[in-house]
Amino acid sequence: MNIVVCIKQVPETTSVKINKDTNTLMREGVKSIINPFDMYAIEEGLRIKEKFGGRVSAVSMGPPQAEEALREAVSYGVDDAFLLSDRAFAGADTLATSRTLSKGIKKIGDFNLIICGKQAIDGDTAQVGPGIAEKLDIPFVAFVRKIREIGNRSIKVERMMDDGYDVMEITLPSLITVVKEINEPRMPSLRGKMKSKSIDIPTWGLADLEIGEDKVGLKGSATQVIKVFTPKRGGRREMLEGSVETQVGLLINRLNDLKVV
Amino acid sequence: MVKVDIELCTGCGVCEEACPFGAIKVQDDVASIDERCNLCGACVDVCSFEAISIQGLRKTGGEGNDHKGVWVFAEQRNGKIASVVLELLGEGRKLADKLGVDLSAVFFGDSVEMQTNELISYGADKVYVADAPILRDFNDEIYSKVLVDLINEYKPEIVLSGATAVGRSFIPEVSARLETGLTADCTALDIDTERRILLQTRPAFGGNIMATIICPDERPQMATVRHKVMKKATYDTNRKGEVIKKDINGYGVNLRTKVLEVVEEIGETVNIAEADVIVSGGRGLQEPKNFKLIEELAKILGGAVGASRGAVDAGWIPYSHQVGQTGKTVCPKLYIACGISGAVQHLVGMQSSDVIVAINIDKDAPIFDVATFGIAGDVFEVVPVLIKRFNEIRG
Ligand SMILES: Cc1cc2nc3c(=O)[nH]c(=O)nc-3n(C[C@H](O)[C@H](O)[C@H](O)COP(=O)(O)OP(=O)(O)OC[C@H]3O[C@@H](n4cnc5c(N)ncnc54)[C@H](O)[C@@H]3O)c2cc1C
Ligand SMILES: Nc1ncnc2c1ncn2[C@@H]1O[C@H](COP(=O)(O)O)[C@@H](O)[C@H]1O
Repeated sequence: MNIVVCIKQVPETTSVKINKDTNTLMREGVKSIINPFDMYAIEEGLRIKEKFGGRVSAVSMGPPQAEEALREAVSYGVDDAFLLSDRAFAGADTLATSRTLSKGIKKIGDFNLIICGKQAIDGDTAQVGPGIAEKLDIPFVAFVRKIREIGNRSIKVERMMDDGYDVMEITLPSLITVVKEINEPRMPSLRGKMKSKSIDIPTWGLADLEIGEDKVGLKGSATQVIKVFTPKRGGRREMLEGSVETQVGLLINRLNDLKVV
Repeated sequence: MVKVDIELCTGCGVCEEACPFGAIKVQDDVASIDERCNLCGACVDVCSFEAISIQGLRKTGGEGNDHKGVWVFAEQRNGKIASVVLELLGEGRKLADKLGVDLSAVFFGDSVEMQTNELISYGADKVYVADAPILRDFNDEIYSKVLVDLINEYKPEIVLSGATAVGRSFIPEVSARLETGLTADCTALDIDTERRILLQTRPAFGGNIMATIICPDERPQMATVRHKVMKKATYDTNRKGEVIKKDINGYGVNLRTKVLEVVEEIGETVNIAEADVIVSGGRGLQEPKNFKLIEELAKILGGAVGASRGAVDAGWIPYSHQVGQTGKTVCPKLYIACGISGAVQHLVGMQSSDVIVAINIDKDAPIFDVATFGIAGDVFEVVPVLIKRFNEIRG
């Protein structure tokens, strides 16, 4: 089994806070992390490899410092890592990102399974995984919470739905996106840590991928952000005082007034 | 790319603060932008000196294409139309009226004739139906194929779907195949009537900022839309509509994707994504058996049970109940947080709820920052009284 995991470096949301006076984002010392869902993708890739052999490769599209995320992936046990980086890739929406990553994955070589996180916590779109599958013309299952069976030609998985789960079977090669429930990610190993320091991570730019400049980055994006603003908050914060009976009485009155109960 | 006009820039630093990506630094009284820039345009909006502009954007304007009409994907599960579809029909009606075009529903399922009439009563001028046993369960591959073909044949200008597990699974494949844009998880939609384009607003960075997104050139313009933010369409059985049947003979051959089993798990607790009321418990509950208290309150209020990751990781309640960054995003009318501290990762999943009640023994807990009403108190004292009082009211 050759597996490719797609990982994205994202700002750790905890550090993105709103400055209450200016209503702007404060990001002093925003730390970058591997997108939390992608940690489960890495872990699942490693577990499959441990059972069935093969390689796990990690790929990321992003600015040069996204290499840190790839090195971290190697420390967990990923075999090799590839960075897709070029000024031309900047400003990509999910369509342009899916195209670029699918070209990168093709260049990595033969794969049986691609694993993505369910969504990236900066954009929360959950669109890149299915987008990559479409661009590579392979079947996919999103929101996988369990891999039940891996056969020679197909895999059986459970996908999480809003009201339960579905059991799906798709032929290989294919793509899955994974949710937190699927596993418990491991800590880096000592060997992995050593390797992560020395491994050579190739960087591929526009010229290295078989893709036109008008298909990537801002130019290749179908969508545009035209406005960014801070949301209005309810702002009716009220602490209810008094004895428990009084507090509860007040609460029920307020909820009745607002007609929510 | 983003250009800073060094003549106009005063180095005031407002853009540096506004940048969500930390890509701007003011040095020597001029803003400079590094490769972390995501071209979101936040800096352009806040600059009072018009010193920042985004260049290289393509020309905008949806004119010159022959796409017409607003479509709503009418998702069903086990033959039942999802509630978000009625909200989409309500919103779709408004958009269609602004554009002066038809509103259509697209419906896939098995033996679904009855529901077709429902969709018309809820405002659809046309219903495109594909009716066959293989469409009963949600199979991404076949759903995508049928929808892509319908869109190519009838050319709508806008396609909306619920941001449900179904919509967020297969709609991205559809938009990628059509090479058009898709905005995920929108909370507001509008039309720029001058340019006839869809303005799609959605939260980003876990709800810390909102972004308005357009798809200026490609058609259709596609969006998935969150539950419970749009008003439900009015129901009127006198409405008339046209039904267009899509023949899907041959679509089922050589499928690479199979649905083997569909398992409903909701049981005694309602699906939190759809619930109007959610009562959530955190580590403050101290023991798994204390979730009974939460369940009881939820039951009286006709609501669902949610949980923090703290409670899920402790094994007190299954992951499907988890609210937050690595769980589900919810926006019920009422969210009651019991013994939850309010870590950012939890807040991002629930802070857009209409009314938030927090009960926490620690009066400085961050959950109170987003609460509409806060009770600084012990859940084991407060919740039983709440249950008692609600029981009295409800008789
Ligand atoms: C990458 C990442 C993703 C994450 N994703 C999520 C997510 O999706 N959802 C999520 O919820 N968290 C998430 N977390 C975890 C989050 O940071 C917090 O650790 C978690 O939300 C804490 O859960 P809690 O509030 O139940 O527990 P605690 O933080 O331990 O809070 C318990 C609270 O209960 C109060 N309390 C104690 N006893 C009582 C009593 N008798 N009566 C009243 N109050 C009492 C305490 O004052 C305290 O405020 C994530 C973290 C990371 C790093
Ligand atoms: N720039 C990127 N580089 C690598 N993988 C990505 C990138 N963007 C998204 N992905 C993958 O796609 C998943 C969904 O991302 P998104 O659609 O942005 O929510 C992530 O969890 C990653 O696995």
